[in-house]
Amino acid sequence: MFGYYLDLALRSLKRNKVLTALMVLAIGLGIGASMTMVTVLHVMSGDPLPGRSGEIYYPHLDPLPLDYHKSEYGPDPGVNFSWPDAMALVSAHRAERQAAMAGGHLLVKPERTDLRPFYVDGHYTTADFFAMFGVPFVHGQGWAASADGAREHVVVLSETLGRKLFGSADATGRMVRLNDTDFRVVGVAADWRPQPLFYADASARVFSAADQFFVPLSAALDLKFDTSGNVSAWSSFDGDMKSPTVTWLQVWVQLKDSTQVAAYRQFLIDYSTNQKRLGRFERAPGNAHLYGLMEWLDHQKLVPADVRLQLWLALGFLLVCMVNIVALLLAKFLRRSGEVSVRRALGARRRDIFQQMGVESMVIGLAGGVLGLVIAQVGLWSVRRRPDDYAHLAQMDPSMLIGTLLLAVFASMLAGLLPAWRACRITPALQLKTL
Amino acid sequence: MIMEIRPIFASMRKHMIPATLIVLEIALACAVLCNAVFMISQRVSDIHLPNAIDEQSLVTVTLRGTDDKLAGSDVPRNLAALRGIAGVQSAAVISTLPLSTNNWGWSFGTKPESTITDQSTTNVSLFFVGPGIDKTLGLRVVQGRFFNDDDYANSSLGSAPLPETHAVVLTKSLVEKMWPGQPALGKTMYTTGHYYTVVGVMADVLRPNIGGQNYSTAFFPLGAAGSKGVQAYYVMHCDPQDRDRIVREAELKLATINPGAVAKGQTYSEIRTKYFANMSSMAWMLVLVCVVMLAVTAFGIVGLTSFWVNQRRRQIGVRRAVGATRGHIMRYFQTENFLLSTAGVVFGMALAFGINAYLMQHYELNRMPWYYLPCGAIALWVIGQLSVFGPARRAAAVPPVVATRSA
Repeated sequence: MFGYYLDLALRSLKRNKVLTALMVLAIGLGIGASMTMVTVLHVMSGDPLPGRSGEIYYPHLDPLPLDYHKSEYGPDPGVNFSWPDAMALVSAHRAERQAAMAGGHLLVKPERTDLRPFYVDGHYTTADFFAMFGVPFVHGQGWAASADGAREHVVVLSETLGRKLFGSADATGRMVRLNDTDFRVVGVAADWRPQPLFYADASARVFSAADQFFVPLSAALDLKFDTSGNVSAWSSFDGDMKSPTVTWLQVWVQLKDSTQVAAYRQFLIDYSTNQKRLGRFERAPGNAHLYGLMEWLDHQKLVPADVRLQLWLALGFLLVCMVNIVALLLAKFLRRSGEVSVRRALGARRRDIFQQMGVESMVIGLAGGVLGLVIAQVGLWSVRRRPDDYAHLAQMDPSMLIGTLLLAVFASMLAGLLPAWRACRITPALQLKTL
Repeated sequence: MIMEIRPIFASMRKHMIPATLIVLEIALACAVLCNAVFMISQRVSDIHLPNAIDEQSLVTVTLRGTDDKLAGSDVPRNLAALRGIAGVQSAAVISTLPLSTNNWGWSFGTKPESTITDQSTTNVSLFFVGPGIDKTLGLRVVQGRFFNDDDYANSSLGSAPLPETHAVVLTKSLVEKMWPGQPALGKTMYTTGHYYTVVGVMADVLRPNIGGQNYSTAFFPLGAAGSKGVQAYYVMHCDPQDRDRIVREAELKLATINPGAVAKGQTYSEIRTKYFANMSSMAWMLVLVCVVMLAVTAFGIVGLTSFWVNQRRRQIGVRRAVGATRGHIMRYFQTENFLLSTAGVVFGMALAFGINAYLMQHYELNRMPWYYLPCGAIALWVIGQLSVFGPARRAAAVPPVVATRSA
């Protein structure tokens, strides 16, 4: 029966080409616009560390004074860690692995005379960083924990920066001049670019930046390297980055299972209680929190409000298109009252009529879905041309492709429900009289 | 007209579904349209925020990676070199520029005991400016004076991120916020360990990042010797037509005399365009969605009304047969569409303000001004009338003889 209904549907759609084209266009536009924005949102809220993100956690302490009020304009200082807190957490070794870090922006002075000095983005961090996040290495490896203590001038380069400075040769053991200090290359990391760059300070351009270097945090602090992220102080600040009232560091930990998670949460509360007893913290120790990686990204609201607004707008637009299709299908089905009545008089049940109309809506949905895919590709192409830092991510994966078609068919079948119901309620006798 | 409305209502009651669909379509279009247009207008007004500097005549080169300890001799040497470029009318250094996204903020109070955590303090963007910046940027001092040579010579950066000086020039908006209704000259703003006295008030200059209190900008004097190299922006004033040439020449010149540093030149217009690029691309996308949506709505109305006309051919024929003119039939359908549009607009506006209220809560949007109501209503009435015109004309063309067929 399905084949027959399909044939009927195609004939009926061919009979009134303008109306059919209008419906396909409406669903195509609605689906195209929605899927463009859904895809952008999907790629932006993706998992930056597939397979590993479940074990990565961001601790949160609340060292702010009781009377602190966050200015509407400024960033939230409570998001980051002060030097004493970050070091306490890292040196406690209560997690499987733990690392403190801060973003940096350093001047590279190449030995090659044909290259001018240039700036690169990277991170100052501690030894566990590489193993914890699973950074892949091309040559060498990260530094040992002893290098942190000794404030050694060592560096891990990205493959891109390594090739730019030293060509294709193995760069380990070579020296790189960063901000007028020589650093020895201990490892070259394969280009590793989690999207978003979850471990960076929230003010960074987390969707475009890829780190080009990693140096020990202790060495960077020793050399007074500037951090590129937010530095927030809530007391007088004389430039001392080790001050307990200045936050600028991020701390990440790796925990294997729920027992470890529970133990670490308790550790954070105990630490806060202890700090409160010492008079350093003023707020309730219960404010200490442990976020999972994905939970933290959600909490940080990395997806710009604009993107969410655009998604709402696109969905509103899809709704308008669907109401349109309801109207047009209604017009189309009721115009065929005569035909429907003849079928009913010859013994077709209401259910059969309903199915026939349903197949017709589905065909429109499929055609609209294909058109929607084309429009969504054009939409994504235009998003990629935009200057936003997430723009280059706007690509459709196979699951989105199938999702688009399904959404289109679902939307048009939903839109076809009311018209099909109306069509199968037609009283055959009344219509047949007028034929 | 009055006579005609009753039969229209009677007919609508018989055709509830198409009538409801038209109302629904207009209501949805109205709600989405009003909010989209409102978002566009918000973005456009942000993009055109006034900024009291000579934007069209400014060129800047940022120089980073120099030796901070040598700033006292490097900066004057670099400035002298830049002034030597043909077409440069003046040059000066500054720590950041409006809309450069390079922000250093600090909170100040109006009382000596003010601390950074006080509720009553105001967050201010700090600009550390070198001699001649007023002339170079084209600042307009509206009260008091700008900095003199002594101010520059007596100021320096210590270990704190605030300059060791006591003179400050604030924008007009900022002094009104800090000391509402009072003369600002001679007033002092405080933070722990530092205080600054207002020596002048200038016209509104934007902050490096906007988004609330866009003009909370404070200029502090800072001579090159005590600057620790924070004044990385070299700004030049020139004729607008010379800008592109001067950017290239200035960048090359600073790169040549500072071989270890990185020089990057751009015109001020580029900084502004780059800052608002996201916003303007978003605004264009919204415009596109609005246009397409209006078209889809109009087509939907055309389709539904045509269908409706077809369904009622016999009734039209009867009316024509008993004496209605073509004009009567036309007017019937136009009035009907007007009534449906009105119902749609009423629902649509309620929905539009509802959505706006929701967005205000969640996305820092402002309240939609009242005049969106009449404007949206007029727009949708016009669209309704335009799309009903064709079907109504076809209805009016139905000959009276139709009434006699198979009735």
